[in-house]
Amino acid sequence: MQSSTPARRGRTYFQVAPLTIALFVFVVIPLIMILTVSFFTFDFVIGAQPSFIFDNFVEVLTDSNTLSLYGATLKFAAIVWALTLFIGFWIAYFLAFHIRNLLIAIGLFLLCTVPFWTSNVIRMISWIPLLGKEGLINQALMGIGIVNEPVEWLLFSEFAVILCYVNLFTLFMIVPIFNSMARIDRSLVEAARDAGAGRLRIMTEVIVPLSKSGIALGSVFVVALTMGDFFVVKIMGGGRSANVVSAMFDDIGILNYPHAGAQAVVLLIVVTLIVTAIMRVVDVRKELAQAR
Amino acid sequence: MAGRTTHKKREWTFYVLAAFFVLFVIFLYGPMFSIYVLSFQGPNAGLTFPMQGFSLHWFAALFGQARTGDIGGAFGRSIPLAIIVLSLTVVISVSAGLAFRRRFFGATPLFYVAVASLIVPGLVLSIGIGQGFTVLGLRTAWWSSALGAHLSWTLPFGLLIMFAVLARFNPALEEAARDQGATNVQVLRYVVIPILFPGIIAVALFGFTLSYDEFPRSWVTAGTKNTLPLEIWTMVTNITSPALYALATVTTAISFIIIAVSLGAIAMIQRRRSGQPKRKTAGG
Repeated sequence: MQSSTPARRGRTYFQVAPLTIALFVFVVIPLIMILTVSFFTFDFVIGAQPSFIFDNFVEVLTDSNTLSLYGATLKFAAIVWALTLFIGFWIAYFLAFHIRNLLIAIGLFLLCTVPFWTSNVIRMISWIPLLGKEGLINQALMGIGIVNEPVEWLLFSEFAVILCYVNLFTLFMIVPIFNSMARIDRSLVEAARDAGAGRLRIMTEVIVPLSKSGIALGSVFVVALTMGDFFVVKIMGGGRSANVVSAMFDDIGILNYPHAGAQAVVLLIVVTLIVTAIMRVVDVRKELAQAR
Repeated sequence: MAGRTTHKKREWTFYVLAAFFVLFVIFLYGPMFSIYVLSFQGPNAGLTFPMQGFSLHWFAALFGQARTGDIGGAFGRSIPLAIIVLSLTVVISVSAGLAFRRRFFGATPLFYVAVASLIVPGLVLSIGIGQGFTVLGLRTAWWSSALGAHLSWTLPFGLLIMFAVLARFNPALEEAARDQGATNVQVLRYVVIPILFPGIIAVALFGFTLSYDEFPRSWVTAGTKNTLPLEIWTMVTNITSPALYALATVTTAISFIIIAVSLGAIAMIQRRRSGQPKRKTAGG
């Protein structure tokens, strides 16, 4: 009655074939295309031409602008990572440990995730009527009398960019951390409390270590999304700040795909290194914890 | 925790974190709702508060005149595209999720490619797909290159959701059906799909909304005709009137309807499954 092994194996490959084809055609080949195009020549008149030159990489790597682009990109990533981790951790902790009714916890969790299913561009522009020179926040500040002149750095500034990132990406921290915390056995917390551990020690020795995989996953998401953004920097930065992908966006505006390609290859290497580093930190610690 | 009915007094940390949570929710939703409110202003309105009158002027302007671009056309492309992406994402992710329960050659690399697709910046993939089409001499269009670009974003989410759902799925049910003489199709139709249905709705929700709102991956791949997020982007960079807010309100209203229907359907199925029409959870 059991289906024979070759038949079952055949069924497995049949089931996984569509995903394999879709990812091969729309992820693997495009990445190979980026690498290929990064060796092409570019001319403002005739555009990109097939070739095999390293000029684009030399240009990207020796341009002093590249350093400042990466400086800005990594600075945004670091600040946004720290802020989203702080906010995301406490929100997840509140939902997982303080809400006693499961249905309410799920409801509040969904409340945090609904914006994920709406447009990021729209959520970004939502800040404009609040942060502008005549925006709601400046009206309030001047109404109370805290400032006499409208605060100008609220909109079209690095502040606005970071605020937007935190607004858009914190839920990518909340979801995986909440997921890890929900799986923590509550009796461990009880046991720690019975053994005399205070609030702080329960946090640092039970909850944080057991949430680590969620923290790592959230960090990977937030760092990758922040480093891959261009439209928040473009609009909310008001042209005063730029990052790596927004420079690529400018490249393709003038159809300089080879330069954008070289930029993309370098960026992918940097992002991959950071992501691997984050995943490694967690795995090593997990091993240490198990060895103890 | 079962059977614990003691209502302990809340600690002070609860109140601090509850206040923090409320502030976070305001931070999350406050700006969004402020532009919905501002989209209902009168004809002589600006981009900020206070409200200048109340009317549906900007909604009429959105679809009435040509000067704001081709909004109707953008909806006419984005919604069918999202439905196609939804359908493909459901079929491909459910199918692959079932396969991933067993070991097979190439499972690990395939999983890594799916994860990489989440991490690679959308614009980079968009350029890659666009250049691929150029090399092959094909024209980029919303129903071809942009469709593929959207799948590269929705499929990894679909796969991860299926992993979570299938982790709680008992394969013995499938075996039992097969032992009773059910064919593969019958097992799928009468056992697997009904049990996985709430998860399938979740995959569909991701498929629709992520495609419908996708901007970076559409930038190079959508071809000459704009999808909705591209139309919004054009308005962001060109138009400084509440028409932009009106478009945002209409777009998000559609998203909210889709989200509410999906979550409502999942909740209804789960409630029906739990046997009683209303089940109280202990505590609270």
